[in-house]
Amino acid sequence: MNWASWSEFVAMGGQGAYVWGAFVVCAAALALEPCLLALRRRNILDYLRRAAGRS
Amino acid sequence: MPMSIAACLRYAAPQAFYSLAGRLLPWFAATAMLAGAAGLYMAFFVVPTDARQGEVFRIVFVHVPAAWMSIFIYVVMAFWAAVGLSLDTRLSFMIAHALAPTGAMFTFLALWTGAILGKPTWGAWWIWDARLTSELILLSLFLGSMALNAAIDDPRRADRACAVLALAGTLNLPLIYYSVPEIAGRMPLQGVFIMGAAFWMYSVALALARVRCVILEGEAA
Repeated sequence: MNWASWSEFVAMGGQGAYVWGAFVVCAAALALEPCLLALRRRNILDYLRRAAGRS
Repeated sequence: MPMSIAACLRYAAPQAFYSLAGRLLPWFAATAMLAGAAGLYMAFFVVPTDARQGEVFRIVFVHVPAAWMSIFIYVVMAFWAAVGLSLDTRLSFMIAHALAPTGAMFTFLALWTGAILGKPTWGAWWIWDARLTSELILLSLFLGSMALNAAIDDPRRADRACAVLALAGTLNLPLIYYSVPEIAGRMPLQGVFIMGAAFWMYSVALALARVRCVILEGEAA
């Protein structure tokens, strides 16, 4: 275990801005991509359903 | 043996692959999440503070796997582009298209985390050396492939144009590993491999999900 307290963990030895700037952006990007893809899937399924309804 | 080849070829039809991808997807996603959790645990609670770089060193746990994936996804994309060009299989082109956005994202993350790692380590966010420049070219190849695909209306022409671009872009790859920085030698390999596995499984899951979208969009066109 590297950290004695929560605040020590957040501070990252005074390099928190670097460490969290890297990890948070990675986490955000990795989470955003599936969301955008789910949106794309919903749009195309909606379109196909409407098209099937018309014919 | 001929039976199993026939079984594989069955999935070369996009409709059959659509259901296969749907069945495989949850397994890759679950593995990615488990490995990701293990990798984060290693990164923050197992690996001790680095004697020279301090806590910033922990960034290699996302930087190195992201850089690996950016190159690996490009190689896989170029492979499917080559298969598509030589065998004229629609599904191969679809897989190549599906890989580009995930590849672009990992390339961006490699550049972003590399800049953050570079500033406190070497005193600069960015330098125009061969490796960084070709990683930037890699990002423009992924984005260029997506833009080209979107710009050409005829899907068959778009497939071929993107495939030729992908193959031409492989010339860029050897440059990236010209100079691996010296910190790579002190890398906590085990943890970085676990995170690499997580990013790999994530990429497979995302590519499968995106191929399914591409197949559906093919139905709509």
